[in-house]
Amino acid sequence: MRHLMSPLDLSVEELDELLKLAGDIEKHPEKYAHACEGKKLATCFYEPSTRTRLSFEAAMLNLGGSVLGFHSADSSSAAKGESVSDTIRVISCYADICAIRHPKEGAALVASQKSGIPVINAGDGGHQHPTQTLTDLLTIYNLKGRCDHLKIGLCGDLKFGRTVHSLINALIRYPGIEFVLVSPEELRVPSYIRTDVLEANDIPFCEMEKLEDAIGDLDILYMTRVQRERFFNEEDYVRMKDFYILDNKKMALAKEDMLVLHPLPRVNEIAIEVDDDPRAVYFKQAQYGVYVRMALILTLLGIKVDS
Amino acid sequence: MLNISGIHEGFVLDHIQAGMSMRIYHDLKLDRLDCTVAIIKNAKSNKMGKKDIIKVECPVDALDLDILGFIDHRITVNVIKDDVIVEKKILHLPKEVHNVITCKNPRCITSIEQELEQIFVLTDEKHEVYRCKYCETKYKN
Repeated sequence: MRHLMSPLDLSVEELDELLKLAGDIEKHPEKYAHACEGKKLATCFYEPSTRTRLSFEAAMLNLGGSVLGFHSADSSSAAKGESVSDTIRVISCYADICAIRHPKEGAALVASQKSGIPVINAGDGGHQHPTQTLTDLLTIYNLKGRCDHLKIGLCGDLKFGRTVHSLINALIRYPGIEFVLVSPEELRVPSYIRTDVLEANDIPFCEMEKLEDAIGDLDILYMTRVQRERFFNEEDYVRMKDFYILDNKKMALAKEDMLVLHPLPRVNEIAIEVDDDPRAVYFKQAQYGVYVRMALILTLLGIKVDS
Repeated sequence: MLNISGIHEGFVLDHIQAGMSMRIYHDLKLDRLDCTVAIIKNAKSNKMGKKDIIKVECPVDALDLDILGFIDHRITVNVIKDDVIVEKKILHLPKEVHNVITCKNPRCITSIEQELEQIFVLTDEKHEVYRCKYCETKYKN
């Protein structure tokens, strides 16, 4: 039985298959409308997350399956002190596949070890969020036609942003990838990403503080939100939160075919005026999130749809 | 000169970094063995300057070499039978260590589910890096 804990659980070949399947789902949704009839997805969310949970539920409903689950630890047996291992054993009796989000790092792995059904990590604290990475890769793959030979700018909170770390780890497996890391001094990528991931794999990268200096050369600009919950004092957060604001003036410096991605929700880092720019693809990215989750559910359940 | 007599059957852990013998004594759970244990601290060593030595008189299979390899794979393990050294075991860094060290990351699932096994995985042999199996936090001494 396959689970998905990290984007690196999938080989590059498996990832390509998954992205191709997601692309086919986008083009021919009707072909897949009954693929999961009679199957149930359990969404076990120990912490609130509207976007990811609804994306998973939409994915299963689009496949003709049904969904059940809980939306916070308070409304689950965790409030009574039940362990993740026990919960997943019980959920395995009710559903065919499970997406789990938990505030503690490694919780999804613990669930997968005792589960009788495939488990998808839908976010475990600041650790991994693999379906966001798959969403990012599908967006790049579909709109650029490739995941290789790209200059990718990552901008904002590169220190705490798990989506950024996951995306770097996933993209370095493709040839010709180059990174421009744009962040204030305090929010630069952790040193292990710089040394153990980028330098260890000879990936070209540079670090900058001004977005204006970087934007002109980029094929992809991945914006991130500065997250209030990561800061120990409000003062630091306030100082950092509006450090970068992508607006039409900065977009004018970018290539005509550069794409702007964002894992959402955004706060102030992308001005509303940018939404109408055809290069702003972050809402499309959310749609791709549903397709890639559909592809993932089919793959982990071993369901093939004839073409 | 302090003299400690030889042992008939058991093992001698030599070239222990000075000061580490008590940790090894506890981690190998030697306190639970009903046998003679001698701990020699700060013995003179040509190679190390000072070293610790542990002599244990017990059946040799009572020793968990994985734990010892994790603590310090440079330790020499001399296996004694009938008063002579019959084998010098070479220690390796174990691929995984179970329930020897604990994850200090307060955001790790092991911080709230205490019944979980504490498992650390060797992720970088060259730099001797172990990471928590669950949250992948690097173990620091």
